[in-house]
Amino acid sequence: MTAPADVGHYARAHARWHWSEIAFWALALACAVLFPSRFLIMTDIVRLALFALSLDLILGYAGIVSLGHAAFFGVGAYCAGLLALHGIVTEPVVALLIAGLVATAVGFLTSFLVIRGADLTRLMVTLGIALLLEALAERFSNITGGTDGLQGIEMAPIFGLFAFDMFGKVGFFYSLAVLFVLFLLARRIVHSPFGLSLRAIKNNPLRAAAVGVPVNRRLIAVYTLAAFYAGIAGALFTQTTALASLDVFAFERSADLMLVLVIGGSGYLYGGLIGAVAFKMLQEFFSTITPQYWQFWIGLVLVVIVLVGRARMHRWALFVPNLIIGKLGGGKAIVTVPESDAS
Amino acid sequence: MTTLFTILFDGVAYGMLLFVLACGLAVTLGLMNFVNLAHGAFAMTGGYVCAVLVNQSGWPFFAALPLAFVSSAAIGVVLERSLYRHLYARSHLDQVLFSVGLVFMSVAAVDYIMGSSRIFIKLPAALEGQIDFFGVGIGRYRLVIIVICGLLTAALQLVLARTRFGSRLRAAVDNPRAASGLGINVPQVFAFTFAFGCGLAGLGGALSAEILGLDPYFPLKFMIYFLIVVTVGGSSSITGPFLASLLLGIGDVAGKYYVPKMGPFVIYTIMIVILIWRPNGLFGRTAAR
Repeated sequence: MTAPADVGHYARAHARWHWSEIAFWALALACAVLFPSRFLIMTDIVRLALFALSLDLILGYAGIVSLGHAAFFGVGAYCAGLLALHGIVTEPVVALLIAGLVATAVGFLTSFLVIRGADLTRLMVTLGIALLLEALAERFSNITGGTDGLQGIEMAPIFGLFAFDMFGKVGFFYSLAVLFVLFLLARRIVHSPFGLSLRAIKNNPLRAAAVGVPVNRRLIAVYTLAAFYAGIAGALFTQTTALASLDVFAFERSADLMLVLVIGGSGYLYGGLIGAVAFKMLQEFFSTITPQYWQFWIGLVLVVIVLVGRARMHRWALFVPNLIIGKLGGGKAIVTVPESDAS
Repeated sequence: MTTLFTILFDGVAYGMLLFVLACGLAVTLGLMNFVNLAHGAFAMTGGYVCAVLVNQSGWPFFAALPLAFVSSAAIGVVLERSLYRHLYARSHLDQVLFSVGLVFMSVAAVDYIMGSSRIFIKLPAALEGQIDFFGVGIGRYRLVIIVICGLLTAALQLVLARTRFGSRLRAAVDNPRAASGLGINVPQVFAFTFAFGCGLAGLGGALSAEILGLDPYFPLKFMIYFLIVVTVGGSSSITGPFLASLLLGIGDVAGKYYVPKMGPFVIYTIMIVILIWRPNGLFGRTAAR
């Protein structure tokens, strides 16, 4: 009769830091030294990684397919932009938190719409919410600046100490720090009993309800949390690029985000981060060969990934790293394809 | 009063167009339960084929329309047999990713071949201008659209309800296993239906170039409209999507006229409310499984 202890043991074993994770973050930090001339694109990657982390929370852990995750990104972006533009809150970190909280509020309110209905309804409702917010932003162009976007945003130094420079060095460290803190939080959450119950819901909502998991409340909670993350990602976008325009709500942003997560794999948190790196590198590569038509190749990548099968793709991609980790670490590879990738 | 009638008339024409564009999706999404976000790409193909034939090769408009249908249907059947077929049993997420990928590819490909600016199709002189009907100005082209789409709708309804093929399709959708047990070639029925739906979308794309505008971003811009038609209309019959498209058409035209600044806002709000209120669509039974 040691079943509960076994579950706890299993969860704890999974929650322990693996040395490859530490190596991952050390590498991320080392990038600042390795590529001193590429701060802008690296900041871009970090932002995208945070955004993908947000989608991973609802898609990879709770199984909610969202086609409109850009909604919260946009709310965060405009919030941070307006706060800075009108000088309401000039300190970036505080502004970041406020923007995140506003996105959280929007996420909480819309979560009640999203948890109703099955996959298809969810797709439509999430897409609809993003389009609705975009239409709203266009309608109130006197506040949002319409298609021109918010112009002339000037960021105050972080904590009054570190001013944003034009090479994006401060912006990169700032974004990386935010990503790391939020990643720690996400890591803690998904390994908690709360996170385990989310996985149960994803695998079988009916059974989860039967063993006493309050399905709807958990889904609302995680959706709201993901909205917070997306809002922060949006706010980071505005703060590091000093612009916010209507395309923060665009459908392409939500669709690209899904591609990021598909490349990296969902349901183990690092998927979003690895996917963001891979996606940006792909985008860079394609836009150097065909500047205007890189979307074609991105689309092709999506189609091929789906046709080959996501799980199989990840097994191939992880074959070599796992071999190395297995040889060096002597133990079982920690980076594995999540058990149920298909939602 | 006359503006009211004009709005109603334009709305009906618009709605009819939406129906022809989206009814193929009603079958794939509503009946076969495949989330095909790339449906608009087939419509765009038809539109561009028609535009090239009329503008560059000098074909008469009405001769180019069937070719728009045929070319979209041909592309549809090729894609169905080669790609779509493998994804029927996959998760919705896979289907979404796949079709979004197709949309991106089609947008960039058309941009590359035809350029990114909006394209107009030269209409025959007989279709331009308005006729006066008891003081209400009626656009000739819109009248033609209503006639064509009305005939198509009636024909579709007849085919689905009265013919052997219609009953096979309904059987294949209701229970594919039992249907194939009865000797119905289910994949063939699906492939044919898919191709026909794509063809209709192509025809709709050709007809709508004048009203909705035709540019490479067509599949993205109107994706949500097609989805609305299907999810709101449900899929138990062809009448549901038909009524939904009429509602959407009239609502959109009226919304743009009376509250121009709120335009799309009204549509999206209505859609979300309906989906929350009746997740299976206004007239449907299994639209959202």
